Amino acid sequence: MKTIILRTASTYLLPLLLMFSIFILLRGHYSPGGGFVGGLIASIAFVLHAFARGLDNTKELLKIHPGFLMPIGLALAFLAGVTPVLFFDLPFMTGIWYPGQLPVIGSLGSALFFDLGVYLVVVGVTLTIIFTITESA
Amino acid sequence: MLLAILLGFAFSIFLVFTGKFFKGRISILAAGIPLALFVYFAQFIGRISDGEVITQFHSWIPAFGVNLGFTLDGLSLLFSLMITGIGFLVFVYTSAYLKGHKYLDRFYGYLSMFMAAMLGLVLSDNLISLFVFWELTSISSFFLIGFNNTSRESRKSALIALAITGIGGLSLLVGSIFLGSITGTYSIAEMLTMNPEIASNPYYILIVALIFGAAFTKSAQFPFHFWLPGAMKAPTPVSTYLHSATMVKAGIYLLMRLTPVLGDHEFWNTTLIIVGAITMVYSAIHTLFRTDLKGVLAYSTISALGILVFLIGQGTVDALTAAAVFIIVHALYKATLFLITGIIDHQTGTRDTTVLRGLRKVLFPVAIAGFLAALSSAGIPPTIGFIGKELTYESTFHFGNMAILLTGLIVITKILLLYAGFVAGIKPFTGALPERFENTKMPSFLMWLPPVILAVGCLVFGIFPGLIEGSLVKPMVSSMGLDGKDIHLKLFHGFNVILLLSVITIALGTVLYFTLKPTKKLEAWIAKFEKFSPQTIVTNSWAFFFKFSNGWTNLFQNGYLRNYVATIMVFTIALTGYSLFTTANYAVDFNSFSPITFYEAATSLVMLVAIGYTVFTRSRLAAVASMGIIGYAICILFVIYSAPDLAMTQFSIDTLTVILFVLVLYKLPKYLKLSDYKMRIRDGVLSLAFGTIITLLILEVLAEPVNKEVSDYYAANAYILAHGKNVVNVILVDFRGADTMLEISVLAIAAIGVFALLKLRLKKSDQR
Repeated sequence: MKTIILRTASTYLLPLLLMFSIFILLRGHYSPGGGFVGGLIASIAFVLHAFARGLDNTKELLKIHPGFLMPIGLALAFLAGVTPVLFFDLPFMTGIWYPGQLPVIGSLGSALFFDLGVYLVVVGVTLTIIFTITESA
Repeated sequence: MLLAILLGFAFSIFLVFTGKFFKGRISILAAGIPLALFVYFAQFIGRISDGEVITQFHSWIPAFGVNLGFTLDGLSLLFSLMITGIGFLVFVYTSAYLKGHKYLDRFYGYLSMFMAAMLGLVLSDNLISLFVFWELTSISSFFLIGFNNTSRESRKSALIALAITGIGGLSLLVGSIFLGSITGTYSIAEMLTMNPEIASNPYYILIVALIFGAAFTKSAQFPFHFWLPGAMKAPTPVSTYLHSATMVKAGIYLLMRLTPVLGDHEFWNTTLIIVGAITMVYSAIHTLFRTDLKGVLAYSTISALGILVFLIGQGTVDALTAAAVFIIVHALYKATLFLITGIIDHQTGTRDTTVLRGLRKVLFPVAIAGFLAALSSAGIPPTIGFIGKELTYESTFHFGNMAILLTGLIVITKILLLYAGFVAGIKPFTGALPERFENTKMPSFLMWLPPVILAVGCLVFGIFPGLIEGSLVKPMVSSMGLDGKDIHLKLFHGFNVILLLSVITIALGTVLYFTLKPTKKLEAWIAKFEKFSPQTIVTNSWAFFFKFSNGWTNLFQNGYLRNYVATIMVFTIALTGYSLFTTANYAVDFNSFSPITFYEAATSLVMLVAIGYTVFTRSRLAAVASMGIIGYAICILFVIYSAPDLAMTQFSIDTLTVILFVLVLYKLPKYLKLSDYKMRIRDGVLSLAFGTIITLLILEVLAEPVNKEVSDYYAANAYILAHGKNVVNVILVDFRGADTMLEISVLAIAAIGVFALLKLRLKKSDQR
């Protein structure tokens, strides 16, 4: 499967797909998309890279084991949930919004961090499973 | 009082950390705790005998009516004094008996936990907290029976005891909840006035049966008695404390405590009399065939418990007075006999009654204690046992038209128990001392003093019954709802029929003792009847249950994914199909469907072709790829029916699934023929049936009116409350965010599971 076309394309596809996945993540609040799909697309980007360049190269590129993304993502999602409890005396998971508008992102709220947590967990889970199976197969 | 109860628990927790330093000489200090508690409870004797009832209340879960209410009246005072008093002697005795044992600290921990639980049990006024303490006694008893945890027999006995008493505990809980919902309270004190209402309730019989279930299992009544002889595997201090003096009396306590609430009813009285009578006679006969001292004592304990149940069943003032006195009598002499058995075992290394003889020459103070205890057990004046026996005869002799039968039964039991008491308390010490025991040494005074103190108690309370009359017996009878004013304990009641019965009992018992010698042959003979005993029935049904559950698990949890899927499908088809067949009305209005568009038809066609290819292809990779096509076709259907979010996710998931499959399958050998055509036909029929059922189900759903309340709410509020226009995503991250939180946690756990499983396998292959 290591054709020259795929190998060359993967160099450009990885950043493109990652950017696309973040785009999908961000637009999720208004249009189809969100953390879950975004995470899946990001995983596909890495898996494609692994197909073209070999698993070891992808791992080297990632620096850390994808499994570490899971606790980071879970912690982020949880923090987004408890922030209203800790700082605003509101029930768990109440959405908190930055009053103004930011460039590119638009309105900013705790839901975005929650979704980012979901994104990271999904990437971590998918890559952990696929990498582990690839290594053992 | 709460502090008094918690003290024991606190001490056992304290031992967890400091146990290491608590094994040597200072272990005797542990006895300070029961002693302090004994003194604490003893100071209430004066107030209780004046008729006062001391209560204490702590709120626990008021919403359910579960509170820590404690009552100290005559009944609980007697039990508290027994628990702490005998507890003190047992604690002292243990420090010498298990001297240098590597788990001595644990032993004290379990013992003090038990003591605290038992105190909580007898002081609780709330049925639910009583149940909690009841279970705690079962659990600490489990640890104590299995204390010798390297022995298989010990562990088995501990498990049987826990199972039997545990079932009883559940029965108590259910009974308590019934009682609570009828009376509207869990407080026993508040139930006292409601006896007529409870008795006329349609559930009365059930409640009483459940309470009996608890009392009979705990107090080892026939047919649940068999755990008690097994429990004798525990070290002797445990047998003394739990399985003779206190824990097994918890059932008796419960019956006495509930006598004013549930008693005075034909079902209550008759059942107790019958069960008590069977138990006392049955196990008294059993004592004749035992050659192990502890075996003799175990069966005579069961028999004594039977007598108590039998007396409570009669329910008269005479009978309950007799029961109150007999509890004291039995605690004193039986604890003594157990303790001296422990000494004999500890010093000579055997408990076999057929070889033990003449030990008075080497263990003189122990022999005195044994002799006195045997006299009290036989009911020979001037011991307190005599008073107890007279009272028992008195009550049965005046019990209406059944008097002759009941008196006959109790006399037979007492004759046999006299034999048991003599075998345990006198036989090991009389006769010529065999050579093998000549070098037997006297144990430490810490061991022989406790039984001597108890034995002296048998004598002192017998000569001066006034010591316990006003202080313990009268308040106890009053707390069972009866008038105890006329009770008068004395040794000599004049020449009457009761005295004649006593003389007959003592004479026949002594004759029996001198004619019947316990032998191995007799023991072997009775063992033949084991086949029909309740114990065998229970063990066999357990064995059957194990076999059954093994077979069941192997049948369904066979590890083949295809079998799991097939099982799930078969059950879904059968259950859903049955339900559809019986209830559905099949009113599908085909005209209401929108017309089929070109895109729908084309996508469906692609899907059908892909399905056909998946089923019939001979290449594994091709099958996976065409499965992917089916998935994509479904995505397109989602897009057509305007569910873009779902379509996107499904798209990515399908891609990843195909990649996963390819990764796994890539290195497998060429397509193998795993199933013959018969299996393929079976699987095909199953799949088609499943598909048909699901299709029918969906069509049936269409016929139902749609409830849009929830989706309308989300659609209306997504932007107002959560600043989002994509309702699906808003539901995921905001409205139902906690669900998503848990879902991603599950995902992470699954990934860790996959990682661990595969890496573990890798390691193994590396080892090879």
